Amino acid sequence: MKKRERSSQVILAEFDDPSQLLQAAKKIKEAGYKKFDCHSPFPIHGMDYAMGLKRSPLGYIVFIVALFAFSGGVLLEWWTSTVDYPLVISGKPFFSYQAYGPVAFAIMVLFSAFVALLAMLAINKLPRYFHPLFSSRRFEKASDNGFFISIDDSDAKFDIISTKDFLAQIGGKNLEVLTLA
Amino acid sequence: MSTATKSLEIEEAPLITGDQTFAKITEKISSITEAKTPKIWYVAITISSSLLLLMIVMIAYLIWEGIGIWGVNIPVGWGWAIVNFVFWVGIGHAGTLISAILFIFRQKWRTSINRFAEAMTLFAVICALIFPGIHIGRIWVAYWMFPLPNQMLIWPNFRSPLLWDVFAVGTYFTVSLLFWYTGLIPDLATLRDRAKTRARKIIFGIFSIGWRGGNRQWQHYEMAYLLLAGLSTPLVLSVHSVVSTDFATSVIPGWHTTIFPPYFVAGAIFSGFAMVSTLAIITRKVFGLEDFITINHLEKMNKIMLVTGMMVGYAYGCEFFIAWYGGNVYERFAFINRAFGPYAWAYWTMITCNVLVPQIFWSKKLRTSIPVMFIAAIFINIGMWFERFVIVVTSLHRDYLPSSWDYYSPTIFDIGIFVGSFGLFFTLFFLFLRFIPMIAISEVKGILPQADPHRNNNKPDMKKSGV
Repeated sequence: MKKRERSSQVILAEFDDPSQLLQAAKKIKEAGYKKFDCHSPFPIHGMDYAMGLKRSPLGYIVFIVALFAFSGGVLLEWWTSTVDYPLVISGKPFFSYQAYGPVAFAIMVLFSAFVALLAMLAINKLPRYFHPLFSSRRFEKASDNGFFISIDDSDAKFDIISTKDFLAQIGGKNLEVLTLA
Repeated sequence: MSTATKSLEIEEAPLITGDQTFAKITEKISSITEAKTPKIWYVAITISSSLLLLMIVMIAYLIWEGIGIWGVNIPVGWGWAIVNFVFWVGIGHAGTLISAILFIFRQKWRTSINRFAEAMTLFAVICALIFPGIHIGRIWVAYWMFPLPNQMLIWPNFRSPLLWDVFAVGTYFTVSLLFWYTGLIPDLATLRDRAKTRARKIIFGIFSIGWRGGNRQWQHYEMAYLLLAGLSTPLVLSVHSVVSTDFATSVIPGWHTTIFPPYFVAGAIFSGFAMVSTLAIITRKVFGLEDFITINHLEKMNKIMLVTGMMVGYAYGCEFFIAWYGGNVYERFAFINRAFGPYAWAYWTMITCNVLVPQIFWSKKLRTSIPVMFIAAIFINIGMWFERFVIVVTSLHRDYLPSSWDYYSPTIFDIGIFVGSFGLFFTLFFLFLRFIPMIAISEVKGILPQADPHRNNNKPDMKKSGV
């Protein structure tokens, strides 16, 4: 049977402040967990490193799209004004590349911006309206003043009892086991 | 860190005042959208939506009757419509500067004002887009502006600055909207988590798209935010540069000048900050946000107005110098006529509001006084509208051929549509204030001292991460 991509069980632990969350993230990484996440109301400085995350690939994706969009813009201008319906305007050449800059640039920015947002959502697997975390009342604080760590059951080291003990040991409070209802 | 090195650090004044905690910030800003609607809001939106209705009626009549109902004539073929377009697009630029350029320069004070400055950008650009839309005359063929197949099998002329405008302003609006929404996602999640009623749960649930605030999400989110800021940064400079080429690529004395792009951009930022300041002063007072939008924020904006006001003043001077130094008689006449001709009143209004008024901001006492800066901002808003009026009308009303000279005056329809565009702007703005968090909650939390995980001197080992 194919392993479930989406987690169905999550252990949630609360921490007091950003600094504790950062320390805890480091310890969890050192203990060998891979499928865990640190939830906070705002991004925390140094957390990517503490969790051992690689740099986001988004920049490369947008860069490639930008190149294609710019070329596409120039191609559109070239095809419409030289191939499909050439028009002599003020005696200028059909392919007046100097004047084609602003439109090609605008098309590049437009497509890149769409891709920056949509690719970010895709990488984050959003929109996703159902998640075990949403069954916790306490987790509602994660967008207010709560700092949480969740470890999910797709992790190789996941074990309800030992993982829970480990989280309590490193200072996690209000431990909860959440299942997708 | 030893105490010896620490004593060398110069402490900046706190960006957010009033002993804040994360919970207090959430409560203060979210509660504005959750509490009972204040009475003053109903009064305000009644006035603004009445003006909006006025605009809708006048535009309907305009489409029915044609642009002959405006005061435009020959040679002044471009009247208030283009003046208002440039005015509104210009206002938007401050929002983008705050959200994009100040972000890239890590100016953390921007977090208190970026959300509503960006909202202002969107609404100003909506107002701006109305004018070229309605002044084309045959509004039902407005889609000819886009490269869409049409009944003539012809394509738009990509060499024309007017077409560049369609792309520049259209892109500007769309990118600003995407950027604004990206910034809103974590805050919409906050409202979702606080929602008490079923309707709010569903609406904010949908728009916050399942945001969980995990660092694996924040990591990509922050990159997307940075990329959008990077993409918007050139727009701050390019959009108004393109708008200025509508004029600069023509052969009209007074328009045909290479200083236009930087001159327009400086003017746009100048007028935009005046508008942000006007709105911020009222909003912070009405909703009690003095701890978030502090006098420090307002002072910084006034400094930007002083700088950009000087740039605009320099551009006015430079135009005159080139008109004399360039030796072109038509150009020289256009500028002498601008300052001493039939529209001298408009020219000197512009100089007074845009060059003289901002000079009061040299004084620390005046630039930190709320009544003074409010009145100055209003003057700058007026002055910047007159700048566009002066550029458009004074350059056109004296043509090459004296027999075609004329004087341009607006009709009731010009005035009504312009006043109505303020109705549209404020209606959208009031709806925004009521229903969407007007300050970026997650960003403001991020600049609190307690948000720094290293503040208790537990410096992390960052050597390997390269950050």
